Amino acid sequence: MMAHLNFDIAHLLAGGLVLVSFMMIYQDRLSSLLDVFAFHAVVLSASVAWQAHIQDAPHLYITAAIALIFKALIIPTALGRIVQRLGIHREVETVVGTGLTMLAGMGLVALSILLMMRVTAGADALAREDLAFALSVVLLGLLMMVTRRNAVSQVVGFMSLENGLILAAAGAKGMPLVVEISVAFSVLIAFIVIGVFLFRIRERFDTVDMGAMDDFRGEQQ
Amino acid sequence: MSAVDAILLIPAIAAAILALLPGYRLSARLNMGASGLTFLAAVALLLLPRPGPSDYFLVDDLNIVFIVLNTFVGFTAATFSASYIGHEIETGRLTPVTLRFYHAMYQVMMFGMNMALLSNNIGLMWVSVELATLSTVLMVGLYRTHEALEAAWKYFILGSVGIALALFGTILVYMAAQPVLGEGTPSMVWTNLLAKAAQIDPGILNLAFVFLMLGYGTKVGLAPLHAWLPDAHAEGPTPISAVLSGLLLNVALYAVLRFKMLMTANPATLSPGPLMVAMGLASLLFAGLMLYRRRDIKRLFAYSSIEHMGIIVFAFGMGGPLANFAGLLHMVMHSLTKSSIFFSVGHIAQIKGSQRIAAIRGLTQSHPKLGWSLALGVLAIAGLPPFGVFLSEFLVVTSTFARAPGLALLLVLGLLLAFGALILRLTGFLFGEPEGSLAPAKASFVPIWAHMGLVLLAGIHLPGAMVAWFEAAAKLLG
Repeated sequence: MMAHLNFDIAHLLAGGLVLVSFMMIYQDRLSSLLDVFAFHAVVLSASVAWQAHIQDAPHLYITAAIALIFKALIIPTALGRIVQRLGIHREVETVVGTGLTMLAGMGLVALSILLMMRVTAGADALAREDLAFALSVVLLGLLMMVTRRNAVSQVVGFMSLENGLILAAAGAKGMPLVVEISVAFSVLIAFIVIGVFLFRIRERFDTVDMGAMDDFRGEQQ
Repeated sequence: MSAVDAILLIPAIAAAILALLPGYRLSARLNMGASGLTFLAAVALLLLPRPGPSDYFLVDDLNIVFIVLNTFVGFTAATFSASYIGHEIETGRLTPVTLRFYHAMYQVMMFGMNMALLSNNIGLMWVSVELATLSTVLMVGLYRTHEALEAAWKYFILGSVGIALALFGTILVYMAAQPVLGEGTPSMVWTNLLAKAAQIDPGILNLAFVFLMLGYGTKVGLAPLHAWLPDAHAEGPTPISAVLSGLLLNVALYAVLRFKMLMTANPATLSPGPLMVAMGLASLLFAGLMLYRRRDIKRLFAYSSIEHMGIIVFAFGMGGPLANFAGLLHMVMHSLTKSSIFFSVGHIAQIKGSQRIAAIRGLTQSHPKLGWSLALGVLAIAGLPPFGVFLSEFLVVTSTFARAPGLALLLVLGLLLAFGALILRLTGFLFGEPEGSLAPAKASFVPIWAHMGLVLLAGIHLPGAMVAWFEAAAKLLG
């Protein structure tokens, strides 16, 4: 009975992460995208903490705490400020329409579940379902990176992709270095965010105009 | 302190000192000294009896080739960098503060690459490759121009996605190994994985290899995942272009090879060869065509790197003792030749004040020494005898003809395409009316000629000891 409940809750949280990934796909404002991303990180944190509980692996609580503090609080706040300051909090450019992207996303989730279930027939049930959800989150993150043109939303796409990886690593029972890997990723993301901030990359690369940016900020102040 | 410790500690300590040390002249010398010491430690590792594998580090016939090459080119590139940055300071493109950062990052990068090459733990390997990537990203963006930031950003995003996919592959390998090797660190140790490879679930391993190949393959610069490579080479400081082409691509390739060895050790898995052959050929042909339309000299040679990584991956994909030997030899020859070319190109671009191919003409008249150094490099990289690149390409082609003539034809087509493009450009560089500045070159020729001398030597006579060494490594690759 207890084992069943453990399994169901882990399942619920991992599935929740996939759902939140879908929610990110159709956000067309940067500020709401950042809010949904913060929620994504909260769900990840809960999911990792639950894994720490059922696997009896206290080091995973550290990973959960990093996800909560760094990705749910610090990064969305910092990015939110950048977005405000750059004055691009209104609309997100999408290359393909939302409907098509959602359909593609569903296809990717179906693909990853079919693939993982077939390939990992030998592994234990919790790990393989976790992995299937994790791969879905990774693929949805990639999808978001290719369909968005704005540097900030690409970063958000990358971070959601990385949340999928942390989910996979936490689900792999007894995997060493998970904490180190989540720290390494946090450093990477911090660098990206600092990069966005310092270099003031406004649109995607080809339309960066430093001079125009300076003028614009001068107007605001 | 063992040689393994020295190879890791010297760059780590040097990075810390360089980060604190003001004054770029002293830093440049220290950077050179530290890289030289690391090279000596690598030579010691080669000559002394090897330590057995631990949970984190491993030294065998295969990675010692990579380590010696890595530290050697790291040292010569640091020597070149010392003369290169003097000019950058004079023209004001770099400031002493950015140089302090640059030197520290150079050693961080060397540390990351050496650790990746020495690691026996697939998790540690991943972390090290990420470290090396991050430090190079920062250096690519060093000039802070619009183009440099754009290149750094592109490299950053594509490199991060690559590294993320590689991590997913690494997790899958762990998941597959865990029922066989038990929970925790043992399941991430490469030597354990290899010993028990036959018992590991082949399905998960197949899937893992696809992710690893795409992930680390991005960093190798294989088509169609190469988009970051030309930009990163063209916009960063030239010593970094030399190190990117000569070393970082090899490190990523090394990671792919380690996982390929796991795959071949398990007979139930799909053969990794065809995937590698296909990606290698695609890179070769694509880069061969792209070489014709280049207008920037560093971009030209960046595409040539994609071409050569294609040949190397192709050779390793074919497998077998001869093709592996050829692939390994080609990798070493390419690293030496390509970094030597970038050293010459760095000085030429500094004198001319431009990287545009159209601006570089008549070097034999204006700067004969530099011009002929470049010419030697280009002739070698295009695959003309008597250079070592000819020998290794010849071996790749003949070993392929014996087994798959159809593929060999495509391979030869790609080689000829690249050959044509490079020779076409070379005549433009060397002859004609000199353009731009005629200022005498303050170049450091020692690294250029040291590399070319080695490549020439290998082409004329490959020493028996080296053949035996490479054969042992090729045998490990299976």
